[in-house]
Amino acid sequence: MSGSSILRRLDWLTVFLFALLVFFGWINIYSTTLTENANSIFDFSTLYGKQLFFIGLSMASIVIIMALENSFFERFSSLFYIISLMLLAGLFVFGKTIAGATSWYDFGFFNFQPSELGKLTAALALAKYLSDIQTDLRKIKHQWYAVLILVVPIILILPQPDPGSALVYFSLFFVLFREGLPLQYLGFAILLILLFVSTLMFGVIWVGIGLGIITSLFFLFKKPTFKVPTLPLVLFLICCMGVSLSVNFVYNNVFEQRHRDRFSLWLGLEKDPIRLEQIKKTIGYNTYQAEKAIESGGFIGKGFLEGTRTKGDFVPEQHTDYIFSSVGEEWGFMGTTFIVLLFSLFFLRLIHLAERQKRSFNRMYGYGVISILLIHYFVNIGMVIGLLPTIGIPLPFFSYGGSGLIFFTAMLFIFLKFDAARLSEI
Amino acid sequence: MRKVLLSSFIIVIGFTFIGRLSYLQLFSFSPDQILEDPAIKTVYDYPERGYIYDRNGALMVGNQPAYDVMVIPRETKTLDTLEFCALLSISKEDFVKSMKKARRYSPRLPSVLVPQLSKEDYASLQEKMRKYRGFYIQKRSLRDYKTNSAANVLGYISEVNETDLRTNPYYRAGELKGRTGIEKQYEEILRGQKGVKYIQKDRFNRDIGPYKEGKLDTLSQLGKEVHVTIDKVLQEYGERLMVGKRGGIVAIEPSTGEILAMISGPTYDPALLVGRDRSRNYSKLHYDSIAQPTWDRSILAEPSPGSPFKTLNALVALEEGVISPDTKFTCYNGFYVGKQKKGCHCGGGVRDLNSGIFRSCNAYFAGTFRKIYGKFNTTDEGMDVWEKHMKSFGLGGYLGVDFPTGRPGRIPGKEFYDKWYGDNAWASSTIISNSIGQGEVNVTPIQLANMTAAIANRGYFYTPHLIKQIGSTRNIDPRYTERKYTTISPQHFGPVIQAMTNVYEYGTAKWIRIPDIKIAGKTGTVENFTKIDGEKVQLTDHSIFTAFAPVDKPRIAIAVYIEHGYYGARYAGHIASLMIEKYIKGEITRKDLEKKMLEKTLEHEYAKPFSGEPFKINEYVW
Repeated sequence: MSGSSILRRLDWLTVFLFALLVFFGWINIYSTTLTENANSIFDFSTLYGKQLFFIGLSMASIVIIMALENSFFERFSSLFYIISLMLLAGLFVFGKTIAGATSWYDFGFFNFQPSELGKLTAALALAKYLSDIQTDLRKIKHQWYAVLILVVPIILILPQPDPGSALVYFSLFFVLFREGLPLQYLGFAILLILLFVSTLMFGVIWVGIGLGIITSLFFLFKKPTFKVPTLPLVLFLICCMGVSLSVNFVYNNVFEQRHRDRFSLWLGLEKDPIRLEQIKKTIGYNTYQAEKAIESGGFIGKGFLEGTRTKGDFVPEQHTDYIFSSVGEEWGFMGTTFIVLLFSLFFLRLIHLAERQKRSFNRMYGYGVISILLIHYFVNIGMVIGLLPTIGIPLPFFSYGGSGLIFFTAMLFIFLKFDAARLSEI
Repeated sequence: MRKVLLSSFIIVIGFTFIGRLSYLQLFSFSPDQILEDPAIKTVYDYPERGYIYDRNGALMVGNQPAYDVMVIPRETKTLDTLEFCALLSISKEDFVKSMKKARRYSPRLPSVLVPQLSKEDYASLQEKMRKYRGFYIQKRSLRDYKTNSAANVLGYISEVNETDLRTNPYYRAGELKGRTGIEKQYEEILRGQKGVKYIQKDRFNRDIGPYKEGKLDTLSQLGKEVHVTIDKVLQEYGERLMVGKRGGIVAIEPSTGEILAMISGPTYDPALLVGRDRSRNYSKLHYDSIAQPTWDRSILAEPSPGSPFKTLNALVALEEGVISPDTKFTCYNGFYVGKQKKGCHCGGGVRDLNSGIFRSCNAYFAGTFRKIYGKFNTTDEGMDVWEKHMKSFGLGGYLGVDFPTGRPGRIPGKEFYDKWYGDNAWASSTIISNSIGQGEVNVTPIQLANMTAAIANRGYFYTPHLIKQIGSTRNIDPRYTERKYTTISPQHFGPVIQAMTNVYEYGTAKWIRIPDIKIAGKTGTVENFTKIDGEKVQLTDHSIFTAFAPVDKPRIAIAVYIEHGYYGARYAGHIASLMIEKYIKGEITRKDLEKKMLEKTLEHEYAKPFSGEPFKINEYVW
């Protein structure tokens, strides 16, 4: 297998979409971090200069990946997984604390975040385990093993604390669902979230009334021949009410005030205007500023480097987690919609690629990559435009940051390499 | 199912995002966000506030520069605090406190550290200022009063409050606004229009040029000067006379309705409400609940008018044809209401219109008053006619002066008495006190002066006003150039004015004549009651005087009301006499009379009810 042949078989559409995302990401980083006394984009003392360097490193990582054996990643996936777990554990001793989270190793020029590597290795390890001929996801025991692969890094990451990254590992459940984990689990998870949110918003009584209405509707429209399993249904309803009743306890006693603030801001629970104003100025400040910046962009935006709020540094962390607000202000609705469409197309293309894999390891790994990227995209933009509570994770390929960009790129191109090689494999 | 799960998630997420984005960027977007945008600095250019001149063009209110020491906390460096405090002449504690306050307000926005430095402090500070980074001096304009009088007329300006900000979008926090008097009434003319500049700031909060090339900027418009009808000399003189007395003086030019003087005692120097000590002075004035220096008695006090009101009753009776100037009533040193005798100080005997007025005979006017009501079948009808005539003199309702405050006074009507006594349970004898201006009639000093002007004009008046000229145009509101006619025919004024002239020639005011000026006037002595510990107690009478001069071609109509001044010719009469002479001759020929009035005070009278000891009222010696 020659190098030229792999280049020919590479899925260039995906590469093109990837390049567009990186390009637009850098353009916006340039706009948000522009200092007036720097005159070269290669000035590595500036953040956009550094990001350019990170883009270079990512390109280098692509070359290395392409040069490696196909089986390399599959064969050593367990080893990689163990190494990344050790690195995560090592943070408890050697970690560097930035913004309250002990998530980094300090390498002088740049800080390395092992949870980024961990995402890649977890995806590989999960694919490896699931593709094993002996693994059967219908067995409870195997379900437990698969879940364990995800839960161990989560346990190591949560105390950093870095709930955003921990959330990313949960996204790998999509792989399990794709590969046969009963969908009822997903249904239960969604039901739990719905019960939780609706109890917070409307109270236990309304949730009870709602459940009653749904049940009676169900009886009204069911096929006459359908025999209702009465006992399970009653048990199910009792469980639902139990969850609903326990929500307030969990919310008031398990959650801390900052969590409650985030929820009350997100769901509009706070009615006291003074308290609301206070939340807006503290915990909701970023979201508030980001929303305002996006709103002020209007349909066509203020133009590249013309965003007054971007220039004035009004949105905190705008070059990292809040980069999308810069898109909103300078490129307007056209820009934001374009980016959303670009991401959607990118993901749909990746799903298409994953589904055409002949080897289950490849497909499972592909799904892992998609799940990880998708959860970042969903949570990040959802947070910036005020749909989701504040959870700090970057926008893939877009946000400023070395570890993020390099590992996202590596993750993607490992999959593209599998895809390019699929025809030459058995 | 499993294959499309993730794809459908992606599509749902995409639609949700685009939906939310269209809500934010298409629906909530408003193109006019400049004022909200923290990256665009709005700079206001405040024009100088208009000057206020008196009727003769003498400057009453100008502007003076004041210098605020400003600080931007974030830009300050460590400094020699002691030296700096010495320069600013403040204590170190105050400095630390102000700095803390400024930092709490905003570390990156300017705050006032020391307000309103004097010119001298500014001069010494200015050279050393550049040593202190983060501090600078901002010039602003304060009112500069060229008179120590007319505080009640001119009013003052102060920072806008929450209500102003809510109700008037023109104002921004920290701006100044006329709060009382002329400053409030002609606020929009005096303040002009501020100019606006929008400046784009870069990320370091520095200005990088006009926003959108200055297309949205506006220029400021200068405030216009206002000429008021007040005669500065007369106003100042009247206030000197009022030292130690409480009450009000209003002088009006009958031929125009222009207010020549509007004096309230006690008053204060308008300069007290400017500068660094403003708030301290303001509280002192505001909380003086006994002397009430901020309560403008010239336009807000509503005493009974007393005897000057008799002239109106005479005019009403003449107009209704129930008396002629020769109709006579006998005074038995008083008169009878039923079996009850009410006293009179006129000396007794047979009175006609002339001597009834100049001797201020109560019996004569009680008789006249009864005759007015006797003309009609019912008291109600008589009341309506009487009320209509009285109100045509501008009594019992707001006059419409171009002034932010005022009081209507009271001319009681039938509804009033029906409520008080019961329907048809009263008659002219019940309300007989109104014949001599006691009873239920209440009149403000400015109404009293206006009423006098209407008599001087023999049947009409112009709504009293303070505005003479705005900028260079003499066009004032037509409300103030339109004659308002009373319901009394002009021929009836002759005998009344003659009798008022005789008040000076033979009557109650013969000791305060002015050589070479023929005056018509009327004294008034008003009974004065108060409550001490819930008990009704009589205090020394209020002294009231109305006059106009010269009789043939009236140039001034004046009303003087002095609380606790005893009889009309005493304080009020003296002050009116001096005011008229000052206005017409420009100087006082009766120096000893002037000296007496300037030196006398009534503070001992005002202190009586608060002394807690028994006291005498209406003492003969003064």
